[in-house]
Order: sequence, then structure tokens, then C-alpha cells
Amino acid sequence: MSVGIVGYGAFIPRRRIKVEEIAKVWGADAPSYKKGLQLHEKAVPGADEDTITMSVEASRNALARSGGVDPAQIGAVYIGSESHPYAVKPSGTIVSEAIGAVPVLHVADLEFACKAGTEGMFLAQALVKAGEVKYAMGIGADTSQGAPGDALEYSAAAGAAAYIFGADKDKIVAEVVDTYSWTTDTPDFWRREYMHYPRHGSRFTGEPAYFRHSSSSALGMMKKAGLKPADFAHAVFHQPNGKFPIRVGKMVGFTMAQLETGWLSPWLGNTYSGASPIGLTAILDVAKPGQLILLTSFGSGAGSDSFVFRVTERITKVQSLAPRTRPQLDENKIYVDYGTYAKLRGKIRMAE
Amino acid sequence: MRDVAVIGTGMVHFGELWSDPLRKIWAGAALAALDDAGVKTVDHITIGCMSSGLFTGQEHLASLLADEAGLNGVPATRVESACASGGLALRTGFAEIAAGLADVVLVTGVEKMTDVDGAAATYALGTAADQQWEGFHGITFPGLYAMLARIHMQRHGTTIEQLAQVAVKNHANGRLNPHAQYHLKVTVESVLESTLVADPLHLLDCSPITDGAAALVLASVDKARELGRAKPLVRITGSGLATDSIALANRADLGELAAVRKAAERAYAMAGRKPADIDLVEVHDCFTIAEIMATEALGFFAPGDGGPAVERGDTAIGGKIPVNTSGGLKAKGHPVGATGVAQAVEIVSQLRGAAGERQVKGAKIGMTQNMGGSGGSSVVHILEVE
Repeated sequence: MSVGIVGYGAFIPRRRIKVEEIAKVWGADAPSYKKGLQLHEKAVPGADEDTITMSVEASRNALARSGGVDPAQIGAVYIGSESHPYAVKPSGTIVSEAIGAVPVLHVADLEFACKAGTEGMFLAQALVKAGEVKYAMGIGADTSQGAPGDALEYSAAAGAAAYIFGADKDKIVAEVVDTYSWTTDTPDFWRREYMHYPRHGSRFTGEPAYFRHSSSSALGMMKKAGLKPADFAHAVFHQPNGKFPIRVGKMVGFTMAQLETGWLSPWLGNTYSGASPIGLTAILDVAKPGQLILLTSFGSGAGSDSFVFRVTERITKVQSLAPRTRPQLDENKIYVDYGTYAKLRGKIRMAE
Repeated sequence: MRDVAVIGTGMVHFGELWSDPLRKIWAGAALAALDDAGVKTVDHITIGCMSSGLFTGQEHLASLLADEAGLNGVPATRVESACASGGLALRTGFAEIAAGLADVVLVTGVEKMTDVDGAAATYALGTAADQQWEGFHGITFPGLYAMLARIHMQRHGTTIEQLAQVAVKNHANGRLNPHAQYHLKVTVESVLESTLVADPLHLLDCSPITDGAAALVLASVDKARELGRAKPLVRITGSGLATDSIALANRADLGELAAVRKAAERAYAMAGRKPADIDLVEVHDCFTIAEIMATEALGFFAPGDGGPAVERGDTAIGGKIPVNTSGGLKAKGHPVGATGVAQAVEIVSQLRGAAGERQVKGAKIGMTQNMGGSGGSSVVHILEVE
């Protein structure tokens, strides 16, 4: 039985803050962030936008592209995020209620740093493949945290992507060809309970964490599937900044032409659990039937999930049924100053 | 005083050795040096290490590391003089043999710096400054060396391009050294475009955070001949050590590194040599300005001519006095306690004619200059091949 994506959708908030605006406040060197990390600006959630609302928006866009999937037939909803609004109380119930998927379904909130979104996707496609549910949804969404003045503040952004998986041949837009995961205990980045901002092992997050796991996962995926980089039209990796995904992509044999479509971080920032899933939506927006796509996520702690998708004929019929990702990123932006950003991100201490 | 020779060298690849603990890094270098010398045991071990306590939480290294090398029971001494700890370990080993207290000494230097984050590493390094008069008021080493650079620029017209050229040269040399942390190509433009750390010093004017270890086996010349190793015998003919005020505010003159000058004078006097006799030198380029000031203090260039000398190519391989053929602290990396020993490993390799692509042709006499803090201490050695 062939399982695949039957609907996909992204949501990117309209607000942006430029790297220069953040650097100005902290007396930092903006050109070094722009050149060194290839970051220009990042998406900022508005006052009424959080992981739940963005997940709802992305899910509605996925439903719009699903060829009429009845939300009530969605048997599982998994939301991967490290910014679930509640520590105790699921995001998934609110999202499921909002899209009309309740009450007969399985719901779980997932967390695995930046790869929780692809975890949800992995579980969703596996449940459909096992025949447990007709449709299942995997969502990656985050309003990422970065401590004021920390290097992460230049990248931590907001956005969501949602994927509905199913086995209806007439509805599949991208078939799941194969999956692969690569995981070790590598504590490069963490946030303990009651901590407001995450901590990271600075350069330890690079070679031993991001690059080792992402490259091992991508290479292992291709070996398992009997494919090589040249077989793919597109590849998308986790995007903690602008530099890393291109470097790891080239390390495992991809070219800039294969990497650039899903490479959003220079203008979007790092949407953590949403990062590589949103990148995949930008690829599906322009993908052509028959093309192969590699998706490789990365989550600190650390692990990396890889998927090979084969695009079907149906893709061209759904691409325009919901807002495409690149226009959400490039158009209709509202630039905010640091003061507004600080207010929106809850960085200002209010009266008790 | 007995004559002393270097009969073995060893070092590990410098870099961010995330998966290796201090003891393993150290043992890698120590055992390689023992193998190179063809000896199984020694009379004494010296260990240069600046701050294993702050970097890894481990002190009492002398016993820990003797045991790690399978030399349990052998006398071992850890010495510390900030970033000159390695040079001081070499001098201590030299003195043991010269004084007749030992015939064979394993001289080592080690630092494991990546177990802590950048802020903690900066704090640990900062303890080499005068904490009461400098560190506690907020200044860190890039700031101290930036002030030395400013004075040099004002007094002599040294330019930021000349500073950058030190980095360009050392990274070019580092590309030829398989043990170096970085093999990247650096240009004057890329140095000047890199992040400004402390005006006028950019990121690429600064040496990196590095894990690493280096080791030498020293023996009395009589013992070395008895062991009869085939490699050319390299003798340590001069050793000089000097101190200065740690705090810049207490220095007599900020335009020179007096500790380097005094240590060099002592080493030259012991060896009966002068600057013109030296074929190549490894200097302590923790920042690019440090190399320029060191080459002046060692007597290779007149005060103020250190910058133009780099521009003229005098310090490149093939120049008048090749400086930092190993890549220096800039490109080879700067595991602080290991640096002074690694400098001597490079000079021995050059004097043995075994430096490969970066070999200085006909090198007979080499020098090492290791420095603590912003010049609060310095150790200089002269080595000669028979």
C-alpha cells in the first residue's frame, strides 16, 4: 500500500524584525551575523499568534489542498513544538477541535527540540501505513525562544507547517518512498522545566550535533533507499541559520540548485520544529510530478529524521488551493522595531 | 651545567576534540614522544597546564597523568605561568637535566578548553590578567592586546593591514601543517571583514580556543649518545625566563614586551648567540599584534619595524627570519598549556629537516618564544642541531 502526503500547508506570521535592529540594541556587529550566519531578518509572531493558532492556520491550508478530506476522518493529530503554550494541557486538542477532527482521534503533543515536527510526520505516515487510521496529521510549529542578546535571538522565529497523510491513491500529492532516523544522546541544546530560554553548548551544537546527525541521517537514508544525491530534484535540511543547511547539503553531495528552493532561513529565521517542514512546503509549491525530494530534519539532544518523497501528478492541481509559502515569506510584511518585538515576545516585565 | 638534547617529540592534532578527555589528549602526545625517543620510562615528568581546574574541574595533574602514561611512581611536576606554562615546563625539564637531577625527562604541555562554554573559557583565560586591577573591571585579553596594538599604531604607524598580514602568513603556514586546527585560507580582506572583537583586533586577529597536547623527551647529551638514536641530535643551548608586571597599568613602557626582551637576552647569553644567528623562530602570536611586538623584542627587527617586516615578507618561509612556520597559535591552535611545548616540537622538526612542505632550508638554529598573559611572563629557548 502506498502512503503519502494528501494535503500540506504552511503558515508564516507577517511580522519581521531585521538583524540590524536586534544588533543595534545589543551593540553587536550586524554584518557578521548577515555574512557569517547568513541571516537577514526573521518572522515574529503577533500578539494573537502562537503555536496553536499557527498550527490551525497551517492545518486549514493542508485541508484546502487535500481533495476534500473530511476532518472527522482524521484519526490522529500530532503537533511537534518546543513552544506549546501550556506546559500541561495539549495543543493538539485545541487544533483538532478547531479543524473539526474531534472526537474520535488520537492526539499527542511532541517535543524533540527542532525535530518534533518531523516526528509527528513520521508517526502520522506510519499509522496510516499500518492501517490504524484513514488519515493522520503531523504538524511542526514554534514561536521559538532565544534569550535576549544571545546568538539565538538573531534566528529564533515563528511559523508552522501541517501535513495530512493518507493512502487514497487519487489524493496523494507526494508518496512516502522511505524513512530513516539517526539518534544519539548528544546534549548540545536544552531548556529545563521553568527555564524561560534555552541554553546551548555554542560551538558544540555544530560539528558533533547538527552536522554529524544531519549528514549521517541523509547519507543513511540514501543508502537505505538505494538513491544518490543526483537522483533528487530537491533537498531540504533543518535550518538553524542560513549557513548550516547549505553546508551540510553540500557535505552530503547536493548542489545549490537542489537546496535553494527549501532554503528559507535567511529571511524566515529558525522556526525550530517548523523549519524543515516549512521548507518542504516551499518545495511542494513548485514541485513537478515524478520528482524526488529529500527531507532531513535535526533536533538537538540529538536526532535527525529523513524522508524520501516522490511527487505525483496530482501536485499541480493542489499547489494553488491555499496560500503558497514563498509569497507568505516575501510579501505583505510588517517590520517591527525591537521594542515592539520585545513586547510581542513577552520580554518586558509587566506590573504584577 | 650539563648539556641537554631533545631526543623525542610528539603531539596530537590540535582542534575541538569534543570526545577526548584531557588525560587521553595528553597521553596521545606523551606516548608519541616516548616512542619517538625509543625510551620506556623517564626520571621525571613535567607538565605545563594553565587551568585544568577551571576548564575541566581537575587539578593534581602530575600524579593523574603519570599514572595515565603507565609511569606510576615516577616523579612528576606541574608548572603554571598562564599561557607560558608549556615553555616553563620545558625550562623546568631542561634545568632538571642540566643540574644533574635527572638523565631523561618527559616534558609535556596540555590544555582541554572545550569542556566549558565561551563565557567560562573567557573567564578562565582572564585569570592570567591582573584580576584586581584589570579583570574584575571587565577587560578581557582581546581588550588588553587591542590597547597594546593602539599604542604601537600611534607610536610607529603600524597599520591594521600589517596586523592582518600576520594572520594571512600564519594561516598560509598552517595549511602546510597536518597537526594544525585550521587549514583555511585567509586574506587581508577576510581578516578586516571578520567580526570586530576589540578595535583594532578582528576575530581573525585572535588565536582560537583549542584542545591539544605536545610532548618532548629530553636527555643529557651523554645519555642521548648512549641511547644512540639515528635522528640528528638537537641541543637546547639557551634558556631564558623573565617576568613583568601583569597589569598593563604598571608597565614601564607599553610600546615593548620587556619580559620577552629580557628572556631573550638571557637565552642569547647562555647560547652565545645573537639574533642574526637564528634561522627561524616560533613566537607567541596569541593576537597578531603579539607577533609583531615579539619579533621586535627578540631583536629581529628594530622597534616599529615589526609591522613593515611582515609586509616585506621577511617573516615568511623563505624570508629573512621565518616566523611561525607551524602556523603559530593563530592557525595551529592555542591549547594554552600545550603551546610552549608545541613550539619546540616544530623547531625540532625543522632542525631535523623533517618539516615537509614548510621546511626552512638549511635550518640549524631555531628559537621558541612563549608568553604568559599580556606579557607578564615569557620563556625563550634556543635549539641547535649538530
